[in-house]
Amino acid sequence: MGRPLIHRSPMPGLGLSMGITLTMISIVVLLPIGALLLKGAAFGVEGVWDTVNRERVWKAMFLSFRLSLFAAVFNLVFGVLLAWVLVRYRFPGRRLLDAAVDLPFALPTAVAGIALTALYAPNGAFGALAKEIGWKIAYSQWGIFLALVFVGLPFVTRTVQPVVEEIEREVEEASATLGAGRLHTMAQVILPMLAPAALTGFALSLARAVGEYGSVIFIAGNIPLLTEIAPLLIVIRLEEFKYDEAAAIGIAMLSISFVLLLAINLIQVWSRRRIGHV
Amino acid sequence: MSDIAHPRFRAATEEPPLARWALIGIAALGLGLLVFAPLIVVFAEALAQGWLAAVKSLGNRDALAAIRLTLTIAAISVPLNAAFGIAAAWFITKFDFRGKAFLITLIDLPFSVSPVVAGLCIVLMFGANSWAGGWLVANGYPIVFALPGIALATMFVTLPFVARELIPVMIEQGRAEEEAALTLGASGFRTFWTVTLPNIRWALLYGVLLCNARAMGEFGAVAVVSGKIRGQTATMPITIEMLYNEYLSVAAFSLAAVLTLLALVTLLLKTALEIRHADQLASSRRH
Repeated sequence: MGRPLIHRSPMPGLGLSMGITLTMISIVVLLPIGALLLKGAAFGVEGVWDTVNRERVWKAMFLSFRLSLFAAVFNLVFGVLLAWVLVRYRFPGRRLLDAAVDLPFALPTAVAGIALTALYAPNGAFGALAKEIGWKIAYSQWGIFLALVFVGLPFVTRTVQPVVEEIEREVEEASATLGAGRLHTMAQVILPMLAPAALTGFALSLARAVGEYGSVIFIAGNIPLLTEIAPLLIVIRLEEFKYDEAAAIGIAMLSISFVLLLAINLIQVWSRRRIGHV
Repeated sequence: MSDIAHPRFRAATEEPPLARWALIGIAALGLGLLVFAPLIVVFAEALAQGWLAAVKSLGNRDALAAIRLTLTIAAISVPLNAAFGIAAAWFITKFDFRGKAFLITLIDLPFSVSPVVAGLCIVLMFGANSWAGGWLVANGYPIVFALPGIALATMFVTLPFVARELIPVMIEQGRAEEEAALTLGASGFRTFWTVTLPNIRWALLYGVLLCNARAMGEFGAVAVVSGKIRGQTATMPITIEMLYNEYLSVAAFSLAAVLTLLALVTLLLKTALEIRHADQLASSRRH
């Protein structure tokens, strides 16, 4: 009764394509992740917990997730605004702004890290201005926030843009005819339509920020308990050849980002169902 | 006649001009502070002591070794990932099998794993302390702290790029054209070469472009597996970090400027592809 595992097909290349796909994904991704989980299993639940349950590790993980969340929320708002501006308005320089949105995808994170630090450090162009009003950006949590906003910038805009393009003017006209002001239409009609796509972008941006390393370590200052992010702790443990502890923190990060992604995917399903039948 | 004041009407589906310009202003300001300013700073810092100093720092032996290593890594990992992407897209779109959604999730997995964790996994799998790594080292093939480990870490983080571009495009194109070619007696390879490949070439190029940019710029995963041996296992991004930490600002930013130019060329080609071949790229990126 059960469906066959693979349906018979006249298409050629089943063995070859399946072989390459499964071999590559196993060697490159699955076996290494398995090695991490095995290392954790060998270390034992208690060992993993004892490693993670220390003030320095807790603080670093909390810092990573809290600032990633703030950055993703900022990108959610700014990304929707950007998508709207880029699709709906015509103004000189629009194409340039549109292309610039993708730069964080193309620019190596280490380059972004040193460039942002050079700008926002107390002796940098913007950092000096901020210093005037007593605002320290680089080498504080603000710097980490800034770097995380940078790396997550494209996600929301790029997921929302196609949706804005597909909104039919009739919907907005209907809303206006029924007496809604523009602000009211925005809040009640347009934003709910953008919500699922925006949430997807938010999730991607959050997942990216939680694991981000390259752009953050230059601008963070890396002071234990204050500006030390979780991925950096893994690197430090590895440099001390404490592979067990590195694996423990790695497993903790892996599971928390899985839980986060799952939670947000569920919200998205719910949101799509709610908006879908309007 | 003409001085009768025309009341200016605003369509009900438009924002007031003031609001519109305010939104454009916020967008431009945000991108200016976050994207354009850092871009300018890279070149300004590189040229802080003039062209000569910048060019001279790039001619340094370690810098040249880093450039060579980064090109080597890209030359290994990008073609392999392209081959993987084509194979995976073919397998997923041309056949029906159980667990397809799961396989697609697996392919996307590297995007939700921190690059540092990816590097850690490679170290635990192939490091001298693991049984696989121990055996390989004993036989003279060290993986970690050597070129193969850097290539593996790079492939881990860039694995989804090509497959993600190809799968939606090949789903959209269906199987009819290939089936026709096969019915007419073409071999499987010929069908792929003359029917499928022309249909997916722009999407393939698009994926390869993004894959290459990431491969050359990857930092976190490579930092963990490289061991950072100057002149041997230090890629361009790793060398930038080392120079920056030694306060060799001009040298660090000169190397960074080279990578930034690469990023700008990537963006330029990507935008050109999006404008000219929008209909043959994955629909989610179409704009």
